[in-house]
Amino acid sequence: MTAVDTALANPVDVAYLATAILFILGLRYLSSPKTARLGNRISAVGMLIAVVATLTQGIVNWYVIGAGLVLGAVVGIVSAQRVKMTAMPQMVAIFNGAGGGAAALVAAGELLKYTNSGAPISYDISFTSMLTAVIGAISFAGSIVAFLKLQEVMTGRPITYPGQQVVNALVLLVILVTWGMVVAGVQPILEWFWIALPAAFLLGILFVLPIGGADMPVVISLLNSFTGLAAASTGFVLGNNVLIVSGALVGASGTLLTVLMGKAMNRSITNVLFGAFGAVKSGGAAAGTKGGQNVRSVSADDVAAMLAYANQVIVVPGYGMAVAQAQHSIRELAEQLEKKGVEVKYAIHPVAGRMPGHMNVLLAEANVPYTSLYDMDDINPEFERSDVALVVGANDVTNPAAREDKGSPIYGMPILNVDKANNVVVLKRSMASGFAGIDNPLYDDPKTVMLFGDAKKSIDGVVAGVKAL
Amino acid sequence: MSAHLLTEVTIFILAVFVGLEVISKVPTTLHTPLMSATNAIHGIVLVGAILVAGTLDAPFNAIVGFILVVLASLNVFGGYTVTERMLQMFRPKAPAPKPTEGAK
Repeated sequence: MTAVDTALANPVDVAYLATAILFILGLRYLSSPKTARLGNRISAVGMLIAVVATLTQGIVNWYVIGAGLVLGAVVGIVSAQRVKMTAMPQMVAIFNGAGGGAAALVAAGELLKYTNSGAPISYDISFTSMLTAVIGAISFAGSIVAFLKLQEVMTGRPITYPGQQVVNALVLLVILVTWGMVVAGVQPILEWFWIALPAAFLLGILFVLPIGGADMPVVISLLNSFTGLAAASTGFVLGNNVLIVSGALVGASGTLLTVLMGKAMNRSITNVLFGAFGAVKSGGAAAGTKGGQNVRSVSADDVAAMLAYANQVIVVPGYGMAVAQAQHSIRELAEQLEKKGVEVKYAIHPVAGRMPGHMNVLLAEANVPYTSLYDMDDINPEFERSDVALVVGANDVTNPAAREDKGSPIYGMPILNVDKANNVVVLKRSMASGFAGIDNPLYDDPKTVMLFGDAKKSIDGVVAGVKAL
Repeated sequence: MSAHLLTEVTIFILAVFVGLEVISKVPTTLHTPLMSATNAIHGIVLVGAILVAGTLDAPFNAIVGFILVVLASLNVFGGYTVTERMLQMFRPKAPAPKPTEGAK
């Protein structure tokens, strides 16, 4: 794209500029649920313009491009149409991995081309090619592991082993050395590259393995930002501005979400990545021994009566709601309660679920208006004024120990002040402790009652109870 | 670092700031669609995929090119479709109950 100053701009580059603008506008329209759909379409038009413009560039292998495009489109559209809303984190992980893998292969393709032609490779190209390949491969492999964990093909528990950090450091060292070799132009360049690429792939796997299910919102955001950076870096390799701008936008978005998620757990990103949280810690185990867990178990009809005569009920959904697919039943319960004049609000913790905004999407799927969904800071003062807090499959984000018990592993994490409500109803499958392996003193609270069982069946029972009143 | 790369890095950094500015205005309720929308946007790597795959000719390279285009295309089409599907569910007020909507 190096043009002489007096030459007219290449029309393709003008098209790319239009694409960059449309992407930015598209994201801007995401600032309100009312305009978000328009935003997504504006962004899609931008994409179409860029792809069509690119197809006008001296393509020789039409069959490769055509077949690849069609296959990718069919698989992509069909799976996107079929996926359940509860499986959205996995889907996002897969698409993210695909982008990262593609970026890494673009870098590979460019290096192949240079080495085949025997043309000298500038430092800029070799450095940015390696950057793209390494970040892309890490994102690709990390996304696959995240997918396998979310899909529960492999355990969601952190996988740790002795010397983990040492192994990671060694793999990183291999990557850095081979990177250096390629940039320094030490022959044979391609062989160095083919060592670096699998090493980066391995590092991607290794870095997600020790991260537990409840930390997935951070990891998914981080991988999103990695793929963005890899795409931007592809732009450096190819000298293509639209790739640079788009990649930067995605990188910024992923980074912002990563930081937000970290804040919502009161943990630094390094702690999430290297802390192997959820591996049973001595502090958590010690806390587990105290308290006889004097919980009060009640029936669905008891809960129905409690809810029906309340003025305000706050529903607190967590990952358990997603697992039980209870969102439709909850919406039905809310409708029944609203008929009886009860005000129903939803309190959403930023890290509830497995990705940022996971609960919001599930409740939207069940036709819950987004105007009833409240962020943590907005809803916390409301608990004191509420008759009942209904906790559906959320645990650690409601644990008062995070506020009060300095010895607790989750001390300092911002929580929903569920214990401030007049009554608390907790829907839980069993008394097993939450992801973090920490007991929740909320369950021992005299104003808390427990309704054990599958969240969906429990709620359906409560709905029947409310209708019968 | 060449002057050319420096210009590109400048563009990158300015775009990061634009991104932070625009994305900080997205409400938390839309964070999942935001992730999937940005996911679709990084599918722009498809442009790179076409440029690279379209000019590779050795058989081995053609295989790399093909995988490359499939991955990028999957990313683009899947990303936009799933974002659209999610966004059409967000409603300000509950309409007349349509229990069939999106069930299983």
